[in-house]
Amino acid sequence: MSEYKVNLKINDIPVTVDAGTTVLEAAKKLDFKVPTLCYHTDLCIAGNCRVCVVEQVGAKTLIASCATPVSEGMEIRTNSKLVRQARKHIIELLLSEHNADCTKCYKNGKCELQDLASEYRIGDHAFLDLVGGRLGMVDELSPSIIKDDSKCIRCQRCVKTCAEIQGVSALTVAYKGDRQKISTFLDHPLVEVICTNCGQCVNRCPVGALVEKNYVDEVWDAINDPQKFVVVQTAPAVRVAIGEELGYEPGTRLTGNLVTALKRLGFSSVLDTDFTADLTIIEEGTELLTRLKKVLVEKDDSVKLPMTTSCSPGWIKFIEHFYPDFISHVSSCKSPQQMFGALAKTYYAQKKGIKPESMVVVSIMPCTAKKYEADRPEMRSSGFKDVDYVLTTRELGMMIKQAGVNFQNLDESPYDSIMGESTGAGVIFGVTGGVMEAALRTVYEIVTGREVPFNNLNVVPVRGMEGVREATLKIEGCQPEWDFLEGVELRTVVAHGLANARKVMQAVKEGKSEYHFIEIMACPGGCLGGGGQPIPTNPEIREKRAKAIYCEDENLPIRKSHENPEVQLVYEDFLGSPNSHLAHQLLHTHYTERERF
Amino acid sequence: MMECNKLKRVDIIFCRKGFDLFEVVEKALSRDPDDLISDMIDSGLKGRGGAGFPTGLKWKLARNEEQDEKYVVCNADEGEPGTFKDREILDQVPEKVFGGMAICAYTIGAKKGYIYLRGEYNFLIPKLTEKLEIFNRSLKQIGLDFTIRLRSGSGAYICGEESALFESMEGKRGEPRNKPPYPTVQGYLGKPTVINNVETLVYAFMISRIGPEAFKEMGTKDSRGSKVFSISGDTPRPGIYELELGMTVEDFVNEFGDGDTKAVQVGGASGGCIPRKDFPNTIIGYEGIPTGGSMMLFNSSRSMYNVLHNYLEFFTEESCGQCTPCRVGCQQLLKGIESVKKGDRPPSYLRELVKLAKTMKIAAKCGLGQSVANPFVSIIKNYKEEIIH
Ligand SMILES: Cc1cc2nc3c(=O)[nH]c(=O)nc-3n(C[C@H](O)[C@H](O)[C@H](O)COP(=O)(O)O)c2cc1C
Ligand code: SF4
Repeated sequence: MSEYKVNLKINDIPVTVDAGTTVLEAAKKLDFKVPTLCYHTDLCIAGNCRVCVVEQVGAKTLIASCATPVSEGMEIRTNSKLVRQARKHIIELLLSEHNADCTKCYKNGKCELQDLASEYRIGDHAFLDLVGGRLGMVDELSPSIIKDDSKCIRCQRCVKTCAEIQGVSALTVAYKGDRQKISTFLDHPLVEVICTNCGQCVNRCPVGALVEKNYVDEVWDAINDPQKFVVVQTAPAVRVAIGEELGYEPGTRLTGNLVTALKRLGFSSVLDTDFTADLTIIEEGTELLTRLKKVLVEKDDSVKLPMTTSCSPGWIKFIEHFYPDFISHVSSCKSPQQMFGALAKTYYAQKKGIKPESMVVVSIMPCTAKKYEADRPEMRSSGFKDVDYVLTTRELGMMIKQAGVNFQNLDESPYDSIMGESTGAGVIFGVTGGVMEAALRTVYEIVTGREVPFNNLNVVPVRGMEGVREATLKIEGCQPEWDFLEGVELRTVVAHGLANARKVMQAVKEGKSEYHFIEIMACPGGCLGGGGQPIPTNPEIREKRAKAIYCEDENLPIRKSHENPEVQLVYEDFLGSPNSHLAHQLLHTHYTERERF
Repeated sequence: MMECNKLKRVDIIFCRKGFDLFEVVEKALSRDPDDLISDMIDSGLKGRGGAGFPTGLKWKLARNEEQDEKYVVCNADEGEPGTFKDREILDQVPEKVFGGMAICAYTIGAKKGYIYLRGEYNFLIPKLTEKLEIFNRSLKQIGLDFTIRLRSGSGAYICGEESALFESMEGKRGEPRNKPPYPTVQGYLGKPTVINNVETLVYAFMISRIGPEAFKEMGTKDSRGSKVFSISGDTPRPGIYELELGMTVEDFVNEFGDGDTKAVQVGGASGGCIPRKDFPNTIIGYEGIPTGGSMMLFNSSRSMYNVLHNYLEFFTEESCGQCTPCRVGCQQLLKGIESVKKGDRPPSYLRELVKLAKTMKIAAKCGLGQSVANPFVSIIKNYKEEIIH
């Protein structure tokens, strides 16, 4: 915070704010709402939609309030005649180049332009229709994202998201003037370029130009098909966010209601991705320890450290494109979603006596990249497509509304068994640092026989919202079989958002890091800030969801993955031991080098 | 009473006689930078690139910034339709441009300078490079740590807008930035930068030679000195002329018109159109009709619909496309006059379009979108019949 204060007047009301505050923020402080479109608290200021223009008394032009810092003695009018006329014109102009087919639009009722048009009562278009040639310019080839240029209002939020937050720049601005558009490399479809499918752009698109590919109808069809046994799994981050789709405050924990709602929708069995999150910790923890042994004791050059996590499919595609030489550093573990699918159609099917070919596995994910992940050819180790359909938190919200389920009045129910048991360690997979924390809780205990040396198991150093967080844990008092780790400082780093992932990978590439274990989540805040989460998602909302996740963790009776009784059972009854042959066959995968455009 | 001058030719910009270039530079470098800036302010010199910002003040603002790294950039993008004077200046007296940059660098404390040269002027590169080498070397010899380099432009009109120009120099898409911060605070690479038009820099150089008094004697209170004009259109004498500021359009037309001048477009596509009835009472200068130098004369054979249509096509294509009022507004104005012409929309629709143009003037992000209203409103106002029928 700046030590300098600035005095100004907004609509004749005096206000004092820190130097560097924008006019928009100052107005907000006085509870004057100024509309915005290109503005997003996650992004650098663009100042290009011009919807937020206000009048500065004495200035020759209006000013973009989002982009203009306050200055001493400034007098601002946020609702003068001049401002209203300009704003109305701007909204009318946007509508004139926007395919305003609102009632048939996927974002109907959730569109910022529609909201503005309704606030300003824009009736019959004052201006000529300019959509013409762009009608039908829709890219539907990606399994995750649909891009419809006829709806694009060129606010560039998506471009900034892809560049600033993700460091990917799959989306860019091309051409100028009336031909200007948001494009990809040579205008190739999203499936063919470096797009990681993370959906952060989708989460920030104010209109319906970028939306998730939705599979709601396919899932209804499966549910309605009496021949099908439809299993649903829910990711950790969904339970703390679904409420936002249904009128709750951000950060409301709704696990039990969510389970009941899913049962009411007609799923045959409601299970938990947290279960396979716990399983991931066992598989990945074992892999880490094996790698450490091979490198430190056996000096095996073919085994690579640092090892990185592999739960985030956006991250996987990112490394396949940008750091293909480091693919061998990525844990071979499948993501919890895919472990779940593979076990559902084998282990679960056997146990319950269901034919796997009649099973349909649906996942509810905070993520759009999971749709792509489920489509990867490697993800068929059950002999079938392991996960059939992936829905985002938002799509689930739609289903709940379509089914007329009155969420607010539902009782809570527990997940079904088996594969429904969760520990606190599984839940925190939904927040950045959570996989690391869960892994440390288990690995440290395996190696030393004692709990991680943190109060109440809370590995605080790996928590927080800082983009890159390093933490070191000294291992002391090892069990005899792990004595090669005695005194080793386990060096870890956590990064979220792919631009931060790039920083870490760059350090690894340049040999500047000495990490052992790296956690990377493609999305800011981790899965709780995923591209498939409710809109808006912003720093404040991510904080609230994170708090809810940690609260969920603390409230669960078991908080260590290796103590999950259903995880112990799956090894006893089915897999044998961690990293066993069968475990490898079902729960591990491999990666593919990809081109860089 | 309107203060105005008679049309008078001047010979400052292209004049090479009577002095040694390097002596002028050396003499300037022997003076206190603050004195040089006072002279510049005193002279009343305003930017010749179109916006007319007082040059001395610009230098002072950059000088006041406490930063190690600062830049001087010469804007030689010259994209305004009908303007070709910067090309001529760079071709004939490039050393004077360099000299102006060196003096500016000395006053603000910059070590690096760039000339951002319009892509179409690449033919000038060999000659400029050669002369720059000599100039840079000579600067070293007289002890000024300042080097000028050439940058070739990307060919878009918008890259002449100062902040888009910096973006382009930084290897990014040429899109104007939000202001503030202004270039004198955060310009090229985020560092304090003085960006001046080619002609401005030559005047700055010449003011160091002839002194502010001699400069200020010319022109009017609001428009000191002289200016180089690019004269084209229906004129028997097209070309480049240096004239004292403050004459009326009438005087100008008497000298350069073909006897049948119906309108003069002052300041290129982004300027205003002066109809015959306003010739006597319109002063060419900041108090009347400002201009970056382009003067285009139209005689009665010209259709003002075509003229406006051309300009709007130009803006529709050259808008960088980032902001709504300009990107969409330009298209609406263009399609709008087409639809009125065709009879698809009633003549009264022009009123809506004028309102829209006025919104663009105050709501667009940069000078491009803001200035579309200049030709639009002036042409619609004075030649409505030609637009409709
Ligand atoms: C669309 C647009 C194009 C411009 N093109 C030029 C140009 O080609 N040359 C130029 O000197 N200034 C141009 N300008 C003005 C510059 O932004 C800037 O004001 C000028 O370079 C400052 O120099 P001056 O103070 O010496 O005039 C342009 C401005 C706009 C908005
Ligand atoms: S006014 Fe036009 S050229 Fe300027 S920023 Fe806006 S769209 Fe770009």
